[in-house]
Amino acid sequence: MSQQREKLSKEAHAYTPGLKIKELMTVRKVRILPIPGDVLVEKGDAVDFDTIVARTMVPGDPHIVEASNFLGLQPDELPKYMVKKTGDVIEKDEIMAQYIAFWGLLKRFVKSPINGMIENVSSLSGRITIREHPTPIEIKAYIPGEIVEIIPNEGAVIEVNATFLQGIFGIGGERHGKLTFVVDSPQEAITEQMITSEHKGKIIVGGSFITLEALKRAIENGITGIVIGGINAADLNDFLGYKIGVAITGEEEIGTSLIVTEGFGKMRMSQRTFEYLRAYDGKEVAINGATQIRAGVMRPEVIIPHEDRRKETSKTIELVGGMRHGTPIRIIREPYFGRFGTVVSLPIELQKAETESLVRVVEVELEDGGRVMVPRANVEIIEE
Amino acid sequence: MSIAKSGWIEDKEAISRLRISTGKMRYILATDVGSTTTKARFFSRTTGEWRYVVSGEAPSTVEAPYEDVTMGVRNAVREVEELTGHQILNEEGTGIYVPFDDEKGVDLYCTTSSAGGGLQMTVAGNVSTMTAESANRAALGAGAIVMDVMATDDGRPDYAKINRLRSLRPDMFVLAGGTDGGTVKLVIEMAEVIKAAKPKPRFGRGYKMPLIFAGNKNARSDIKSFFSDEFDLTIVDNLRPTLDREVIEPTRRAVHELFMEHVMSHAPGYQRLAKWTDLDIMPTPAAEGLAMQLIAYINKANVLGVGLGGATTNVYSIYEERFVRSVSANLGMSYSICNVLKESSVENIKRWIPFELNDLELENRLYNKMIRPTTIPQTLEELIVEHAVAREALRLGLEHHKTIATRLKGVKVVDRDLADIQYEVEETYIKMINFHIIAGTGGLLSHAPRRAQPFMILTDAFQPEGVTKLFQDSVFMMPHLGVLSTVYKDAAWSVFDKDCLVRLGTVIAPVGSAREGESIMDVALEMPDGSNINMEMKFGEIKRIMLSEGEEAMVEVSPHKGFDIGPGPNKPLKTVITGGSVGVVIDTRGRPLTLPDESQERQKKIFEWINSISLYPEDQMTRLMEK
Repeated sequence: MSQQREKLSKEAHAYTPGLKIKELMTVRKVRILPIPGDVLVEKGDAVDFDTIVARTMVPGDPHIVEASNFLGLQPDELPKYMVKKTGDVIEKDEIMAQYIAFWGLLKRFVKSPINGMIENVSSLSGRITIREHPTPIEIKAYIPGEIVEIIPNEGAVIEVNATFLQGIFGIGGERHGKLTFVVDSPQEAITEQMITSEHKGKIIVGGSFITLEALKRAIENGITGIVIGGINAADLNDFLGYKIGVAITGEEEIGTSLIVTEGFGKMRMSQRTFEYLRAYDGKEVAINGATQIRAGVMRPEVIIPHEDRRKETSKTIELVGGMRHGTPIRIIREPYFGRFGTVVSLPIELQKAETESLVRVVEVELEDGGRVMVPRANVEIIEE
Repeated sequence: MSIAKSGWIEDKEAISRLRISTGKMRYILATDVGSTTTKARFFSRTTGEWRYVVSGEAPSTVEAPYEDVTMGVRNAVREVEELTGHQILNEEGTGIYVPFDDEKGVDLYCTTSSAGGGLQMTVAGNVSTMTAESANRAALGAGAIVMDVMATDDGRPDYAKINRLRSLRPDMFVLAGGTDGGTVKLVIEMAEVIKAAKPKPRFGRGYKMPLIFAGNKNARSDIKSFFSDEFDLTIVDNLRPTLDREVIEPTRRAVHELFMEHVMSHAPGYQRLAKWTDLDIMPTPAAEGLAMQLIAYINKANVLGVGLGGATTNVYSIYEERFVRSVSANLGMSYSICNVLKESSVENIKRWIPFELNDLELENRLYNKMIRPTTIPQTLEELIVEHAVAREALRLGLEHHKTIATRLKGVKVVDRDLADIQYEVEETYIKMINFHIIAGTGGLLSHAPRRAQPFMILTDAFQPEGVTKLFQDSVFMMPHLGVLSTVYKDAAWSVFDKDCLVRLGTVIAPVGSAREGESIMDVALEMPDGSNINMEMKFGEIKRIMLSEGEEAMVEVSPHKGFDIGPGPNKPLKTVITGGSVGVVIDTRGRPLTLPDESQERQKKIFEWINSISLYPEDQMTRLMEK
């Protein structure tokens, strides 16, 4: 009986999604416009990081002018005094409406505050709406690869074989640059002195931590991106100039993108992440710091594109099913936060934690050989 | 839905569509489709009364790669089937068997949903504290997250409002403004701002934005010609027909219909789910609000309720039959935990912690919880930190609620022009002395290892005054019971009463302040076994008396030194109190509760209070303090 239970506990499944750290996978990116427009590529085309995939025109901002008030008219009188009509193109300071009385002795003019087009003349409120000219927006490929699908009027899907690494949190949007190492080991921190003008336009990789001073130096030196194990929350907020309240990021205009691979505090970078990155030192890669933790989870990423068309190996997908004996995991909560290990067993019975809560646990063998019990909710699988 | 003096308002139209009359029903299934989890609850009528039987849960499947919400519902229901052996899904898995045919199926299936961010709205009116505020209350009451409240006088220039509208992608709009017969100019100006911004709906690319007009009836024809082309316009009765009247129900009903028609129909799989259900799919917070109203209705009491979630905090008040909901969309215990930190402060969180904690360390811990929101505290230290954050989230949630739950009065129209309208809004009517029930729900409260913990979290955050009962739910099913109550109140309450509501106990807390250790109140209790307990309470202490759930005791409270337990300063109160899993807590720490400024002194005091009501395991607590 006890042998059977032992067997069961080693085989039991538990699905704890983790961050993807894949040596080789097919990365697909759907690149679409926010509103319909023109798709500039065709199926089968090869694209590079900066290839423009689609383009459209976004309607300009509207401006509302209190015309009847200014002219001293009732709102419903305004249309009579319009010099321009709805749909007319108009230049800045051009007269839109005028009121002339007493044989020209009293003159009042309403001029356009912008270049644009008259969209509405309201006889109810006495206001004129003028809209700025449309502005073009373009969507770039972001990753090099092949166009595998066209979404008419919206964009395209790009595919590439790549090494794909997810971080846990990031800031800043899509960028690309050459990977450059400034530390020798995953436990080493990036300090101010390590960053020089030679790193301009590059994506620097550190180990466990980056100081606030080093972050500032990175901006001064035009660093494209930073991949790091950990950062202090206070330093990040200081750097941004405001406090992050919810993890929805990617729009920050800070001149660089930051990918945090492990979490907040000084956190040794996962050995695998570090090794995969080091294998491609000097290679041009794509990064995106955009993070969204709620519905539609989005994690920051590093994509290292490969020229060859190898398929994903079965090893890369076999662990997606769940956690079992031997599964590599990392612990993501105190008191063992940041430690790596492998699953030894998944006891069936609920166990009482120090908090007195009854929880489902996993027995983990840490890298130093020690064994600990932690709630299953507090580990994540390292998908290889 | 609101409580009427004549009784609980049921949805007669929905009742008429039921496939079997409620009196003949034997099994009911209800689900809630959340952003991450779909929760099925199975109820049955056994030995004449409705009881909760079992739960089934499965990940929600609203997002890619599944994009079909019915898959998650099926998986959750299948778990119910496995646990009960009772077949509910049809053989093809394409629906629910309704009604029960003596072997399989249920007699009623209903569901709520908050998946995909719930119902998101933007509202606008003429004056911030009048029509815009009423529109906000109507949207909140319908279960929405209100992304912005715009008004002619909100201080933002038109271009700023337009830019804001262009960045939002709400599910629908409510435009209010003007009393019936008053000027139409202001509401037309707001309409022009909305039209110029051309806001895009969140779902359904190419669809028209739903817009409800609930303003001055004289503006209807202008509004119709103005919006008909580019918006999906619904016109309802003015929600402020006169300045001293607020009529929210028509707007709330329109929101609900549009929610089904536009939001749910564009969400993946909902059209199919809508065919499975016997009742319209209801936004989860609207159903939770109904559950809170049911507590008030049955107990004939004013109720303050709270749903403390991972991302949002909903506060509900039912005061003299008026129901108001507020949602603090970014106050929560996981996804939004850092927003609590941001809105509160490290110092305010630390004031509830009885040991020293480095600021940097505390911040990093909370940020790590934000990015890994499903983790749970393993150590007592971590648990205490989360409980401290919960107190602040609830405190901020109640503060926000007070800004919504306001009474209009003294409105005096001098001229029908904005500049000449004189108005004043009374401060909130939420006075804790008037609320005799506080009900809490949400993972942190429900999963707390000791019931005393949610009891004290609610007490510290809301600071109840006088004599107040505290409730919480055992298993998350308030939304399920809320939607059920619209057609079958008795079944909903039976399950609520016997299986859902945990009576935590009663807190007795006088209002006033004194010097530490000063005698402020005598308490005499006649216990159910006939024994008497007499206590002299000193300022700054808490005492706990065991009184089990279902038991009652007669209490006579005699405050002095100006303290007030309800009837007025120094006036005694004799009343019957009810017990619960915690019992009775006599809290003479003062109202408002002030904590010592000096950190060591404060930590000592918090530790003393923790021990006086056995809040945490004593041995581990002592070890933690020594560390």
